[in-house]
This record gives sequence, C-alpha cells and structure tokens, in this order.
Amino acid sequence: MTIGLAHYLAVAAILFTIGVFGIFVNRKNIIVILMSVELILLAVNINLVAFSAYLGNVTGQIFAMFVLTVAAAEAAVGLAILVTFFRNRGDIAVDDASMMKG
Amino acid sequence: MDAKLFVTIILYGPLLGAAVAGLFGKRIGNTLSMSVTTGFLMLSAVLSWVVFSQWTWGGLQPFTNTYAPFIQVGKFVSNWSFRLDGLSAVMLVVVTTVSSLVHLYSWGYMAEDDSKPRFFAYLSLFTFAMLSLISAADFMQLFFGWEGVGLASYLLIGFWHHKPTANAAAIKAFVVNRVGDFGFALGIMTVFWSLGSIQFAQIFPQVAAHAGDTWMFAGQAWRLMDLACALLFVGAMGKSAQFFLHTWLPDAMEGPTPVSALIHAATMVTAGVYMVCLLSPMFEYAPVAKHIVVIIGAVTALFAATVGLVQNDIKRVIAYSTCSQLGYMFMAAGVGAYQASMFHLFTHAFFKALLFLGAGSVIHAMVHEQDMRRYGNLAKYLPVTFTVMTIGTIAITGLGIPGVGGFAGFYSKDSIIQAAYALGHAGDPIGYFAFVMGVFVAGLTAFYSWRLAFFTFNGHARWTPTDLEQHWHNRDHDHGGHDDHAHAAETHSEPSHGEHVHLPHESPWTMRLPLILLAVGAIASGFLFAGKFIGEQHLEFWKGAIFTAANNHVLAEVESPWYFAQSPLIVSVLGLLFAAWMYIAKEGIGARWAAQKGPVYLFLYNKWFFDELYAATFERGARLLGDLFWKGGDQKLIDGLGPDGVSAVSMQVGKGAGRLQTGFLYHYAFVMLLGVAAILSFALWAWNA
Repeated sequence: MTIGLAHYLAVAAILFTIGVFGIFVNRKNIIVILMSVELILLAVNINLVAFSAYLGNVTGQIFAMFVLTVAAAEAAVGLAILVTFFRNRGDIAVDDASMMKG
Repeated sequence: MDAKLFVTIILYGPLLGAAVAGLFGKRIGNTLSMSVTTGFLMLSAVLSWVVFSQWTWGGLQPFTNTYAPFIQVGKFVSNWSFRLDGLSAVMLVVVTTVSSLVHLYSWGYMAEDDSKPRFFAYLSLFTFAMLSLISAADFMQLFFGWEGVGLASYLLIGFWHHKPTANAAAIKAFVVNRVGDFGFALGIMTVFWSLGSIQFAQIFPQVAAHAGDTWMFAGQAWRLMDLACALLFVGAMGKSAQFFLHTWLPDAMEGPTPVSALIHAATMVTAGVYMVCLLSPMFEYAPVAKHIVVIIGAVTALFAATVGLVQNDIKRVIAYSTCSQLGYMFMAAGVGAYQASMFHLFTHAFFKALLFLGAGSVIHAMVHEQDMRRYGNLAKYLPVTFTVMTIGTIAITGLGIPGVGGFAGFYSKDSIIQAAYALGHAGDPIGYFAFVMGVFVAGLTAFYSWRLAFFTFNGHARWTPTDLEQHWHNRDHDHGGHDDHAHAAETHSEPSHGEHVHLPHESPWTMRLPLILLAVGAIASGFLFAGKFIGEQHLEFWKGAIFTAANNHVLAEVESPWYFAQSPLIVSVLGLLFAAWMYIAKEGIGARWAAQKGPVYLFLYNKWFFDELYAATFERGARLLGDLFWKGGDQKLIDGLGPDGVSAVSMQVGKGAGRLQTGFLYHYAFVMLLGVAAILSFALWAWNA
C-alpha cells in the first residue's frame, strides 16, 4: 500500500476535527483552546504541503512556512493575553470567561 | 340720517366696544373700557328706539342691508346682512335696551370685581351676537348668531372661573345646547335640501308650493315641512331651555346676576321663540310640528312652575320662572298666535330682567347670600328694590282690572291663553289643552312669584347683622378672591366704617336707575303696545313679518263665558292670596311643610329628578360607551396593535437575540463553525449545480 494524497488529507481532516472539538468541548482551560487552534493550523499546513507535493508546485510549501510563522506569532500573542488574563482574574477556566455577554 | 345707517351702527357698535374692551382692556384701564362698551350700547339702544318708533309710527318699510358675502357655495349663499322687519324691530329694542341697562347695572354690581374689562367685553360680544342673530336674512347668519350667543353665554356663566360649580354649569350649558344645535343644523339642512336655499326671502314664498313634499325614509313618508320645523324646534328647545333640554338654565345661575338678567332671562333664551315666530311661514304649513311646539311649551310651563314653587335660591326661582314663561311663548307660537308670543317675549324681557336685576340688588345688599330662607323683612332696608320687585311681580302674575288695564303680563299672558281657547273653540282640541295648562300655570306663577316677594321682603328677618358681617369677611372664600381687597382691608382698619356692612343697604344709583327704567317698561309695555302687537293694528305693525294661514283666526275675539275669559286673573289672585296666607299670615308654615319632606315636595324640590335621570341614562351611557372605546378600542385595539404591540415584539426579539450572546468563547466558535460549514456546503452545492 502506498501512502497517497487521500491519506494525508484524512490525517489533516482528523487533526482539524480534533482541533475544532478541542475548542468547544473543552470547558476547563484557555490554553487548550490555543493548542486546538495550533492543531487546526497544522491540519491546514498538512493539506497545503500534501497538495504541493501532489501537484508538484512549491507555492503550497512556501505558504506552509507563512502559516507556521503566523501560528508562532499567534501563539506568542495568545499566551501573552493569557498571562494578562490570569493576572486579572486569577483563573483561566473557560466557563468563567463570559465577559463578552451582550 | 336714515334707518339703514342706524341699524349698521346698532349692529356693529357693540362689536367695536367688545373688541376695544376685550383686546385693549388692560391697557386702557377699567373705567375707559366700561365707558366704551356701555357708551356703544347706550348709542345702540337710543338708535334702536328711533328705528322702532319710525317703524311703529313713522311708516318705515322692511328692508335688508347686505354688507359682505359670508359663504357662497353653489345655491348655498349667505351674506352678512341686516334684515329689518317687524320681528327684528321688536327684538332690537328688547336686546339693546336690556343690554344697555345691564351694562349700566354692572358698573355697580361688578364694582368689586378684578376683571371688569373682560366682563364688559363679553357682555358687548354677546349683544353683537344676539343682534346678528335677530337681523339675519338667512339661516347661516342666524346660526352664526345662535352659536355666538351660546359662546358668550358659556363665557359668562363661567365668568368666575375659579369656582368649579361655575365651570361645570358653563360646560353643561354648552353641551346641552350642542344637542339642540344638532337638531337645528339638521333642520337647516332639511330646508336647504327641500327648498334649495337658505335665504329667508327665497324660502318663504316657496313654502306653500312645497307644503306637501314628502321624503321616504324607513318605509314611512315624512312630510318635509313638518320634519324641518320639528328639527328646527329642537334647536329652539335647547336655546330656550324647553322640557328635556331645560337642565342647563337653572345651573346657569352660577354666572353673575346681570348676566342672568340679560342672557338667561330677557334675550338669549328667547332666541328660540323668536326663531319659531320668524319661521311662521314654515310652521303654518307644519301642523304636526306646531302640535309638538304646543305640547313641549305647555309641559315646560307646568314643569318649571311646579319646580319653582319649592326652590329656595332666589335666582333659581326666577330661572324656573323664565323657563315657565318661555313655555308660554312657545305655547302661543304653537297655537298660531305668533303675535301674542312676540308680545309676551317683549313684555317678559322687561319684567324678567327687572326681577333678576332686583334679585341682584337684594343679593348685593345681603353680601352674596342667595338663599331666601335667610332673607325676610328687607322692604324696610331696600325700599327701591322692594318697590320695583313688587311692580315686576305684579307684571309677571298678570294682575289688572278687566276693562281698565294692568301691568305688562296682564295683556300678554291673557292674549296667549285667549288664543289657546280660540284654537280649541275652532275645533282643535290641543287648543283646550293649552288653555287649561295656561290657566293652571298662571295660578302657580302667581304663587311662586308672590312667595318670592313675600319671603324676601316681608315677614320677620331671618338674618342678623352678624351674619352679614361674616359674609362680608368670608367673601374671599365664598366668592373666590376677585373682590376688592382694598375695600375689605378698609373695613378691617376702620370699624366705624363697617356700619353699612351690618345692615343691608340700597344699591348705588347705577343699579337703581336700570331697575327704575325697567319698572317703567314693566308697567307700560303692556298697554302701550297691546294694540300694536296683538290688537287691531297688528297687520300694520308687523307689515308681513308674521305669516298666518288663511284658517288661522286665533287672534280674533271669540265668544267665551266670563269665567273662562277671566280665569287667568282669577287663578292669579288665588295664587296671590295663598302666598300671602302662607308667608305673611301664617309665616313659617312653608318651612314646616318643607321639613316634613313629603313625596310631592321631594319630587318638586329635586326638579322632577331630571338631573338624576340624565345622570343615570345619558351620562352613564356616555361613560360606558366612552369606557368601551377607551379601554376596548383605544387601549386594546389601537395601542395593542400599534405602539404597545410593536414595542413588545421588538423587546421580545431583542431578549431572544440577547440570549444568544452567552459570552462563552466556545459558543461563538461553534456558531462560527456552523457558519463555515453552511457556507462551504452552499459553495459546493452551487459549484456542482
């Protein structure tokens, strides 16, 4: 059995779904949400790279580099917000973070 | 100088006076505004007498002055005009004479009032409206004057507007008159619809040709002339306080007494009678309407006279007396004796204005006490008032010596009763009905009139000087602070000056002079004008203003037994004797009878329970209907579907939308995901399709 495009895409889809569920099934910790976002981005990266290899076009791999950079920046900003949030509230439980309520 | 110029001055002088006093009264001061209005009225009165004497003795012919167009829509043409004929000539002297005397009287009566310019402006405005009513050459100007006097009446009844009772009475007068005016307006429309004009000069010649016109309505053929006259008479009932629509008149006594004398005795309330006489060419062809007029008039005369027997407020007694006398006038008009009706209107204006102004003089002397139970023995203190009131009482009760003469009422009331008898004699049974009612009510009239006189001026004093002094000091409370504070302060600071307070004192000359002049009228207007109004010269006097059908002979002498012919006089004397027995010989018996509170007494004292009946039916009905429309129609339907409903719906939508905003990040993320899924699905579906 050779590893084809479909396998990569399946892995990416699984990762994406885990990431999405990680966001809204999780009730405990905002860090988990950040991690889930990273998972989703990685799933996207796998897709990009898979398609790049499959189509013989490097543009996708370059895009993956960009996404990685953005993900790193996003993680840094997200963690910084998280630290500030923890300083203000003394807690990072998702259920308590409902200040956006209309 | 000719009559056409005179009548113009007569008509517009009072308007000018009203405008000056009403618009500039504060700037030009009390004395000047009173002088201007009174001066214009005096001028009008003098010119009116000139015109009237030219009419009566000088051979002046009827004419119509047209000043300006009022409303012109197709055949509906109305002009501001002055119609001079026999009827308006009579009304001219009545209105301007009484009005000018009342203006003069008010100098004394309203001396302590704060808003004299306003009062005099209203009086003059009223006079103008009344003059434009009587001088109308078409229904529209008649209606204008009709509403104008109603407005002035409203303003003057509520003149002391800080008294809640006065405001209520003013509104009552206005609302009751709306009912009458509704009929009046319908009557005008009927006339216009059937005869195609509202000009009297064009309507009257057509009536005979259209006498048989009918209108099919509700499966019935209605005679148009009867319908129009009956509807117009409803208007007259409202204005002249006839049975069913009479309830406002006694309450209107809340206004100042000069107003009661001018508007609610001598002039405005007679507008209905005047209209019926003016429309004699129509009424003569409306037999059913004439019968209605007789019945309403007779019932009013009886009703008001019986209620007047037991009232204790001096002004109310006279008000019911007015109501009753108006009933006589309508009775006369209904039996076809329009001349007698106008004659009684003419004489009544003098003696009733006299009685009212006399009562005002008594009230003035007793410091605003109106309850006759607190009067007594005033003849000693008020000799002039006593004399003129006695003259007025003799005039209204129709005392006189047959074959020799008597005061005013002796001629006019007798002529009405005789005309009723003549109609009965000619074969219409309603004439006998009117005759019997007229005689009976004459007896009641004599009793209540003499009761008033004896109760007030004779017997023992039922007041003490201390009472009067208390009234004087309490005036601000009873009478609401429009009195002269400076004067009150004066009596406080100088006790010796208070002497005139302790005992009733005769009124100033401005009040005595009108009383004396009116007393002359009450004495002389009967025998001076009987021949002109109802006697042999009546055709030359009226010069065609009053139309009588060919079969109408009620003014002619008829053979009747002496006990019928003299019956009004007989019952009148009986009434006098009975009143003298009750209030002089057996003084106090009336109070004892009243204290027993028998059913008849209560029935009469409560005015046949008309106010209660109307409160239970019309007032309650209107309230229920109003509640229905207010709570059901307005609140539930309009507000419920309209503003309240819209706001409730948007509130609920907002609350629902707000509930979506939980504030939890994962909810937003979930919704976002759903959105992405939806958009993707749609994109794929659209792409493939």
